[in-house]
Amino acid sequence: MSRKANLLNHYPERIKMENKPEKKTKVAITTEQKIKRRDFISFGVFGVLSVAAYKGWRLLYTSPNEVAGVTAGVRAPLRRALNKTELAFRRVFSNKNLVKTYPKEMAAKNVRHNSDIGSKGAETSGGVIQVIKNNGESQNITLDQIKALKKTEIVYDFKCVEGWDQIQYWGGLKFTDFVEHFGLTDQAKLAYVGMMTPDKGYYVGLDMDSAMHPQTILAYEMNGQPLPLKHGAPLRLIIPVKYGIKNIKRIGSIYFSNTRPRDYWAENGYDYYSGL
Amino acid sequence: MKVIKEKHSFLMRWTHWVNFPILAIMIWSGLLIYWADDEYKIEIAGKTYFHFFPDGFYNLLHIPQRLAEGMAFHFLFMWFFVINGLIYILYTVLSGQWRELLPQKKSFKEAWLVLLHDLHIRKSAPPQDKYNAAQRIAYTAIIVMGAGSVFTGLSIYKPVQFHTLTWLCGGYHAARIEHFILTIGYVLFFVIHIIQVILAGWSNFRSVISGFEVVNEPKSQFVESLPGENKDGE
Repeated sequence: MSRKANLLNHYPERIKMENKPEKKTKVAITTEQKIKRRDFISFGVFGVLSVAAYKGWRLLYTSPNEVAGVTAGVRAPLRRALNKTELAFRRVFSNKNLVKTYPKEMAAKNVRHNSDIGSKGAETSGGVIQVIKNNGESQNITLDQIKALKKTEIVYDFKCVEGWDQIQYWGGLKFTDFVEHFGLTDQAKLAYVGMMTPDKGYYVGLDMDSAMHPQTILAYEMNGQPLPLKHGAPLRLIIPVKYGIKNIKRIGSIYFSNTRPRDYWAENGYDYYSGL
Repeated sequence: MKVIKEKHSFLMRWTHWVNFPILAIMIWSGLLIYWADDEYKIEIAGKTYFHFFPDGFYNLLHIPQRLAEGMAFHFLFMWFFVINGLIYILYTVLSGQWRELLPQKKSFKEAWLVLLHDLHIRKSAPPQDKYNAAQRIAYTAIIVMGAGSVFTGLSIYKPVQFHTLTWLCGGYHAARIEHFILTIGYVLFFVIHIIQVILAGWSNFRSVISGFEVVNEPKSQFVESLPGENKDGE
């Protein structure tokens, strides 16, 4: 009884309260609640996503290296990304895109020298280059045979993967002329060409499009003089559409294949393509 | 009376906070790359005032001998940086939000007044919409800088395939310097941005996470809606 009376007693009072012009208090409470609710959701989602992003980053950062093969030394997901990125940028590659060339006077007299990897036995190679077709057939080509063909010169900005660049002047046999003259046109239809030093200490793999770029040269001259030993005598590669790491010195053998040939720096964490 | 005022859209907040870690990773991996040929310095009349960067700085952040690793990270996260940036730009253009963002004619004059106000030299700040004049300039500049990083970056990354772009940057060598200067610019922007966010206070910071600000409206809505009431005021 008394409970009912109590309710009845209070009921009119509640009506009265709501009818009072003190609407303000009630609206303020709901706004406050709204703010709290939205803050809770927003900061909650923000926090969860931040933790997820951090976990994702740790997962990538601590991911194991790729299984060593033609490429090695990079976290597996990053290597996959490098290869995918290569495919994307191969689509914009064109033999019509030429590296900028400069007048000879602008070429550096003191040509930068970075590395001697693969220099063992360079003096004894005698200027013979072994060319190996993908069917195993091989032929020896001498430096004199190469020098007897039309010389192509280029003065361009050589770019190192480290970040430096230098205008350099090189002369030699265009790789496309080499392919044509020595009957390797069918080989040039394969996907890759590889080159290796006589001591097998340094080696590069090149996609055929880049190798057949009209500015790729098998160089035997630098600044109009015979190639110095430390710059890759007797014959080196000058490939302006690649970083310096692909510009192999002291070529001992050249071979063609449909799979990626070994590549020294790709085995040491660098991008296989390394194209410019 | 407290009123919820919508300020930042979901896409603006999303791209802002996604960009933060991506840009941090880009700067860090960029450092790993830059270390391999760290030739930049501030030199006046043959005297070197600062070398980017001192050995202590490199060692503190474990930068040395990580070029290949830096390139692998840089050339993955560049995609996210570009995609996130494109989403923001597309959204800003299509939504009409660019009207709130781009500097107006008066912004360049007003930005000084904002600066004087922020430095407590001037009492009042010019009236503003979402962003004040200085913010309009700064936030537009940072977007232009982002585009600049992409273009100078592409100029360094594929200088033969994008030779026109490299030429526009003034050549390969210049493009690398510009790419570096833009990065220094981000770091300076970041420092000022953080200071300003702290000074602006909680409600402003919250608005970039929750999307709204809480404003105190002195008059109740009831009074405001009375017809003819505010004629006297004007």
